[in-house]
Amino acid sequence: MTPRSADEPANPRRRLARWLYPRRRLQLGLLLTGPLGWLAIAYLGSLVILLVNAFWAKDSFTGKVEPFAWTLATFESLLRNEVYGTVAVRTVGLAALVTLTDALLAFPIAYYMARVASPRVRGALVIAVLVPLWAAYLVKVYAWRIILQGNGVLDWVLAPFGLEGPGLAEIANSWLVLSYLWLRYMILPIYAGLERIPNSLLEASADLGGRGPTTFRRVVLPLVFPALVAGSIFTFSLTLGDYITPDLVSDAKLIGNVIYDNSSLGSLPLAAAYSLLPMAIMIAYLLVARRLGAFENL
Amino acid sequence: MVESRMVRIALRAATALVLAFIYLPIVVLAIFAFNPSRLQAWPPVGFTLQWFAEAAANPEVARAVVNSLLVGAFATVLALLLGTLAALAVQRYLFFGQQTVSFVLVLPIALPGVVSGIALQTSFVTLGVDFGLLTIVVGHATFCVVVVYNNVMARLRRLPRSPEEASSDLGADAFTTFRRVTLPGMRTALLSGGLLAFALSFDEIIVTNFTAGPGTQTIPIWILASIQRPDELPVVNVVALLLILVSVIPVWLAMRISSGEATRRV
Repeated sequence: MTPRSADEPANPRRRLARWLYPRRRLQLGLLLTGPLGWLAIAYLGSLVILLVNAFWAKDSFTGKVEPFAWTLATFESLLRNEVYGTVAVRTVGLAALVTLTDALLAFPIAYYMARVASPRVRGALVIAVLVPLWAAYLVKVYAWRIILQGNGVLDWVLAPFGLEGPGLAEIANSWLVLSYLWLRYMILPIYAGLERIPNSLLEASADLGGRGPTTFRRVVLPLVFPALVAGSIFTFSLTLGDYITPDLVSDAKLIGNVIYDNSSLGSLPLAAAYSLLPMAIMIAYLLVARRLGAFENL
Repeated sequence: MVESRMVRIALRAATALVLAFIYLPIVVLAIFAFNPSRLQAWPPVGFTLQWFAEAAANPEVARAVVNSLLVGAFATVLALLLGTLAALAVQRYLFFGQQTVSFVLVLPIALPGVVSGIALQTSFVTLGVDFGLLTIVVGHATFCVVVVYNNVMARLRRLPRSPEEASSDLGADAFTTFRRVTLPGMRTALLSGGLLAFALSFDEIIVTNFTAGPGTQTIPIWILASIQRPDELPVVNVVALLLILVSVIPVWLAMRISSGEATRRV
């Protein structure tokens, strides 16, 4: 291609480029309008509509929402019925337990990948661990159903010992399956966090007389903590927001089930009002996580 | 290495156990797909391929596959466009509220799925939008943007600016430089970001269940509906196994392409 001369006044594209060149603000505006407009309208907008629906009345005969009929009745009924409180406590407790479980499961494997395994093994492990955990959410829940249900794999394994599997009722099933599903969200940030710790820091700690456990507690853990918080955002949030797994593997209802059941039964204001709780919890969680430096590790 | 021998052996054992835990359900599922019995009891009673034939002949499955592919394609294209624009803005410009942009982009995946789902459903109902493929695409594109954004951001951070400067020194305007220098530099990041966005869309159920409406089925929605029908379970096994393969291949490819740069986040 022959080099073009700097002046080609006939070419509108070049003219536009030259006109835009000094206008940095305009360039930025053009780039951001699409993505921010989309998120503002499709996502933030719908969150606002959700919020508003929580304050709208419901026609007690048709079950339809009456727009602009403002009321606090929905929140009153949420507070009056203690089932909603029980479900909330159960869900938050489970989310915390799942997060803790995933941290305990993820740490050794992330540590092995980041600091012990040879580069070749590490590459293979990253793929072996993460690829199956990345996709097919529903299929994995379904696979656990096959394992846990009566006459399933677990029953068969336990039968020689005179024991029986848990069936599909226990809340412990939700704990097990949710921990399984969200494991990768914990492994990845911890792995990346550990990989960033320079060897020299650990050697320095050893030179100063720090034995293994001391070095781990006083050097490794503080450095990897923000990464752990970053992972916990997802394990916690995904548990708060799931209604399919708890429904498929146990009888214990979570916040998500109450929201989903009410929305499909037509009690939209109640579903909307109740969903403000997990939303508020997660926004508070995100703000604290940002304070702890987790966002650099996302 | 600072770790002692004992620690390394313990870590190796723990890694092996976690790997076994990760693969156990997938192996069980794969075995059941070849089980001739309609009952989902362990152990399997034989070996058959008949359920594969039944799955292939099932018109509901075929329709759901087409729907999933369409939704995935549209959501991926939208996500590629919006995610790349956002990444270019945040990476190449300094402005007030830069951090807020990243925060808002990550919000759709950081907030609980049931909240995103009910918010979208409530909005569609309130605004009188008919449910269908389009409403599913809106939901999927919203949380796929961040996947592309992260991939492109990571790439732009590493891409040196000097080739772009050379290009404009040689007389290329901004659009030509973008098309012939920046875009080729981002190509593999766009490819892996797109693959991950597609995988995410193909697999999504928590939000999709709210935005699909009664008449439209994607593959995960079909599986969810069919789990309740014991007669369908053998076909569900087969479709589930195929779904694992179909959703895992893009992820595997994306990781190979970007060699770990991708998949840092969702």
